Amino acid sequence: MSLLAIDDLRVSYGEIEALRGVSLSVEAGEVVTILGANGAGKTTLMRAVSGLLGKRGGQIAFDGQDITRAGADRIVRLGVTQAPEGRRVFGTLSVLENLRLGGFTRPGAEVRASIEQAYEMFPRLRERSAQLAGTLSGGEQQMLAIARALVGRPKLLLLDEPSLGLAPIIVQAIFRSLRQIADSGVTILLVEQNARSALKLADRGYVLEVGRIVLDGRADTLLASPEVQAAYLGKGHAPG
Amino acid sequence: MGTFVQQVFNGLTVGGIYALIALGYTMVYGVMRLINFAHGDLCILGAFIGLTLLSGAAGSGHPGVALLLLAFVLAIAVVAAAGVLLEFVAYRPLRRADRLAAVVSALGASVLIENGIMIVWGPNVHVFPSGLLPETVWHVAGAAITFVQVLIILASVVLMAALYVFVHHTKFGTAIRAAAIDQDTARLMGINVNRVIVTVFVVGPALGAIGGLFVGVYYREAYFTMGWVYGLYAFIAAILGGIGNIPGAMLGGVLLGLFNAFAAGYISSSWQDAITFALLIGILLVRPTGLLGERVAEKV
Ligand SMILES: Nc1ncnc2c1ncn2[C@@H]1O[C@H](COP(=O)(O)OP(=O)(O)OP(=O)(O)O)[C@@H](O)[C@H]1O
Ligand SMILES: [Mg+2]
Repeated sequence: MSLLAIDDLRVSYGEIEALRGVSLSVEAGEVVTILGANGAGKTTLMRAVSGLLGKRGGQIAFDGQDITRAGADRIVRLGVTQAPEGRRVFGTLSVLENLRLGGFTRPGAEVRASIEQAYEMFPRLRERSAQLAGTLSGGEQQMLAIARALVGRPKLLLLDEPSLGLAPIIVQAIFRSLRQIADSGVTILLVEQNARSALKLADRGYVLEVGRIVLDGRADTLLASPEVQAAYLGKGHAPG
Repeated sequence: MGTFVQQVFNGLTVGGIYALIALGYTMVYGVMRLINFAHGDLCILGAFIGLTLLSGAAGSGHPGVALLLLAFVLAIAVVAAAGVLLEFVAYRPLRRADRLAAVVSALGASVLIENGIMIVWGPNVHVFPSGLLPETVWHVAGAAITFVQVLIILASVVLMAALYVFVHHTKFGTAIRAAAIDQDTARLMGINVNRVIVTVFVVGPALGAIGGLFVGVYYREAYFTMGWVYGLYAFIAAILGGIGNIPGAMLGGVLLGLFNAFAAGYISSSWQDAITFALLIGILLVRPTGLLGERVAEKV
């Protein structure tokens, strides 16, 4: 049984159909990436899984439980946390307060231990623990967003474009951290436009185009596929 | 010197009351970006509930302080319940609707509560019973400071300190601040935002009921349109301090109270309101977001 199983998911914003029957699965221990151009529906998918958006149709099951209509707080309690697109740190709260909020559903002693682990992974956050999150650099805010999601002790970590707007060297550092997180046994569903790095990290991938999955497969297969190379890796032109 | 000390105490008393009421406006705005125009009326509902209990029991031989305490408990309970009901009936169905719809609903709720008070208690001015509290007066540096003033000032300080500790140093308080910054991201933390909103509609009206009852006990009167009068002042206090900001509402309330008192004491009580509004406009010209208004980072 898959850890996350999405079946024929449909989500609309009024008249606009953003997801038109998306099906995918994530197995425990996997890293799965979703590639897609701007407006493909990637963020919509992530927000729907986290319970922030209502569904027009289809089903989402996590860990064997139907979460299609579950509230966002229940989904977090079941073990799904998210570092959302654009980082969304609580700017006027301190770094430490942000991290504690990540553990809102967890017992206090465990949260303290998780924050300690987060500081070991991102030592810069420890140095800045009393600083307001809004005053961090973009890269530091992304680290905080990831660390905050980890403090929730997820079984499944959702990451929506963690490399967005960051310098290449910071992007590399972020992907190294993601490797470390995956190796520690956390299952990851990663949305990225940085297709190369994402496919190198991932076990499998899906390609989303205007609300539909058009391609899926093992990450190395996708990395080598002409369609993906043409559309997402910027390698010349697709034949034909 | 006598006038100065006198006005400081008068100002702190009224300022404490404004601050208690202002907190309800600012907390609701902070979390929902909505001005709860019915808040002032809720507060005055607290004054009327206290009035009924105190008038009924006056002369019964029970000690005034115990009665007053009971009046507060009852007023807080009823007004907090009314606050939750208000949110459920007037605001919750409009969460996803146009901002203007919620404003109209708030105004409607205000009129409804105000008229409800008029139907139950009548349109005339009620006088609070006397002799409930010690009539002690302290003479300090030429000023006369009453027991009621000291009670109101101390109670306001204690309540505001308690609220500050709750909001800034507890887990749920931090969740409230998070929901005020970004509701969706707060949900991603596992925070039940509905529970945050209900809490805000319990705490704000509860503090407001205390403020409303203080108005009654201090001025010894209650009338059904009083919610607009004090609601407006408290609302101004909230704007002055920076709407949405809790310490701001406290500061705004106290400053407005002091300013009111000094304007009345040194210039003229008939110019008091004009001077107060001039000050408000002046401060907002210099600091459009209020004294402690949201820093830009909070708007993400
Ligand atoms: N709140 C909204 N209201 C209306 N339409 C929306 C809303 N959010 C997204 N959409 C639309 O839904 C579609 C999918 O948007 P979504 O944000 O999921 O794309 P995305 O793949 O995450 O894009 P990007 O790579 O730019 O982040 C787009 O056409 C977008 O315009
Ligand atoms: Mg997106």
